Amino acid sequence: MKLKHFINLEWKKFFRSASFGKSLALNILMIFLALYFIAIFLIMGIALFPGLKKAFPDDDPFIILNGVMFFYILADVVMRFFFQKLPVMAVKPLLPLPVKRSKVVNYVLRKSAFSFFNFLPLFAFVPFSVFLISNDYSTSGVLVWLLTVIIVTLIINFLNFIIESYASETELSFLPVIVLAGGLFALNHFNIISLADLVANGFIGIYENPILVLVPILILIGLYIINFKQLKQKLYLDSSLKTKVTEVNAANLEWTKRFGDIAPFMQLDLKLLWRNKRSKSSIWLLLIGLLYGLFFYPNPIYADMPWFFAFIGIFVTGIFLINFGQFIPAWDSGYYKLLMSQNIKYEEYLKSKFTLMALSVVILFVLSIPYVYFGWKILVAHFAAAVYNIGVNTHVIMYGGSFNRKKIDLNQRAAFNYQGTGAVQWIIGIPLMLLPLAIFGITYWIGNFEIACVVLTVLGVIGIVLHQKLMRFITQKYIDSKYKMIDAFSQD
Amino acid sequence: MIETSNLSKSYGSKKVLQIDDLNIPKGQSFGLVGNNGAGKTTYFSLLLDLIKPTTGHIKSNEILVHDSEDWKPFTSAFIDESFLIGYLTPEEYFYFIGELRGQNKADVDSLVAQFEDFFHGEILGQKKYLRDLSKGNQKKAGIVAALIGNPEVIILDEPFANLDPTTQIRLKGIIKDLAETQGVTILVSSHDLLHVTDVCERIVVLEKGEIVKDLETNEATLKELEAHFAGSEMV
Repeated sequence: MKLKHFINLEWKKFFRSASFGKSLALNILMIFLALYFIAIFLIMGIALFPGLKKAFPDDDPFIILNGVMFFYILADVVMRFFFQKLPVMAVKPLLPLPVKRSKVVNYVLRKSAFSFFNFLPLFAFVPFSVFLISNDYSTSGVLVWLLTVIIVTLIINFLNFIIESYASETELSFLPVIVLAGGLFALNHFNIISLADLVANGFIGIYENPILVLVPILILIGLYIINFKQLKQKLYLDSSLKTKVTEVNAANLEWTKRFGDIAPFMQLDLKLLWRNKRSKSSIWLLLIGLLYGLFFYPNPIYADMPWFFAFIGIFVTGIFLINFGQFIPAWDSGYYKLLMSQNIKYEEYLKSKFTLMALSVVILFVLSIPYVYFGWKILVAHFAAAVYNIGVNTHVIMYGGSFNRKKIDLNQRAAFNYQGTGAVQWIIGIPLMLLPLAIFGITYWIGNFEIACVVLTVLGVIGIVLHQKLMRFITQKYIDSKYKMIDAFSQD
Repeated sequence: MIETSNLSKSYGSKKVLQIDDLNIPKGQSFGLVGNNGAGKTTYFSLLLDLIKPTTGHIKSNEILVHDSEDWKPFTSAFIDESFLIGYLTPEEYFYFIGELRGQNKADVDSLVAQFEDFFHGEILGQKKYLRDLSKGNQKKAGIVAALIGNPEVIILDEPFANLDPTTQIRLKGIIKDLAETQGVTILVSSHDLLHVTDVCERIVVLEKGEIVKDLETNEATLKELEAHFAGSEMV
């Protein structure tokens, strides 16, 4: 009865949301991503049994799989933390209505059980189980084992919400889950407690002795109750009305005075980056971006592909530029009206962003110098890429920003938050990443590595020389779309 | 000071504002009243060049508002919370606005110090970000920020809403003082007829985007306005 109402509300929320049409492309992308993962899991599930049999003819594939279940569970916990969110619904309007709180909570929790993340493992584990049964494993045992896998998946599902609720209260939101997963992994890795064996024995134990399946079921029920209590407590208005006192961390930003007129904007930008959840994560992404090269350079395959170095260089030295730049001026969307009615020069406002991005490229280049360990060519390519980033990409991304029409809520969590992402962000990637790759690649084939580096550097230098002219052009673009931006940013 | 001529704003075929002629002389405290959707905020947004006029223009101090940006140095405004920067503390916000308006920290400090009793000890030195303040306190901070840098034109949209009675009375004092003794042109919109008649020398009533009344404030004004709105309510 009530359930029907809830579902009806969500249906309307989805189809009547202001961004429905706009985010359709994004939804399609997500569907493709989902299909991709389903395909991978399905292939894995089908190929796993014969594959393991072939690779380890002496071992039992079932034992091997149970042996790695621990790592699978850890990976699942971490993945979910970043991707899955508790399917909250707007409860505020429901509170004064005659709907039992427990009903709302039960609905939200049960709905989460139907998450894509809980179905995905089935695509792998069901085919695997079929193989097991057809290879004369005990049918009832395998079915109970599969049931256990499903229950464990649900356990992770509800565990994740508990972790998330703690994580949302701490400063570094993803620290708890990393500590938890890393700690468990370390305990196992250094043989302090052999958790992998423990988990494996558990699964095999249940297979041999199906009655033991009661243990995970009890854990699941326990977690559900904890979640229920936690969520029910949060279902009061005062948790959202409560004034949370965040102590101000005022850093000394006097050094920005050296940049003259743009100093107030630089201070504002730095505070923006440091004090908001969404932007803060782009600082953490720096670290990931900086280490990005390690995925490639240690691999001997790439050592013979110098034309690829520039691409990695663009990415490593430009990670902040890309992350921060793609949402100019949406970062300031919350108070764009203020900026537009204040006594500011648009050019100074943009110049502050430029300076910040250029500085980040320089700093990241310096930090990426240790990559020289993998060959001096990498350093040269990174240098060329850094100059190109400063001279060309900064301007390209700011030009792209003048087409930005999507606002950003700075207070929302950042990881895998697609708010503010529109066609602009996807299209801008082409000139930003692929163009330098193409230029570098082509000159590399025609000439050689040195010429390619020189060409990229020269293009960057040209951009730096033309900086004033380009900025005037870009500024004009922003001024031209001023009314459209104000209008778009004031819509929810 | 502010001349409006042939100004109109339409969205599609729907006309939301049509002001043929409206002059606001320097140093006047000007009140704009009207029901929801009457066009008050639209007019203020046009004054600040936040939306583009469909026809006509506004001249502020002989400067075409939608053409040049030279009106910005002597104009300030607080329209809504989107004029606040949530991740700054009130002090930082004041300094930032101050810097944009060519004021140093000491200037800002001395201006803000005058409003200590207006703030009621809930704004300054709280070590809180603006986004964590209550709606009323946010409004106070926004209004005071609009006074930084000796503007000649101040635009306040619904300044009395969300404020507690004590603050409303103090704000009325501030507005009166600005217009009478400092020659500031001040534009205020409100739903509260009592407050505007208290504060403004002149009151213009907007209805469906058009001016229907233009009154010099005197003792009879409040009664006249009440009669007008009670009447239009019945229609």
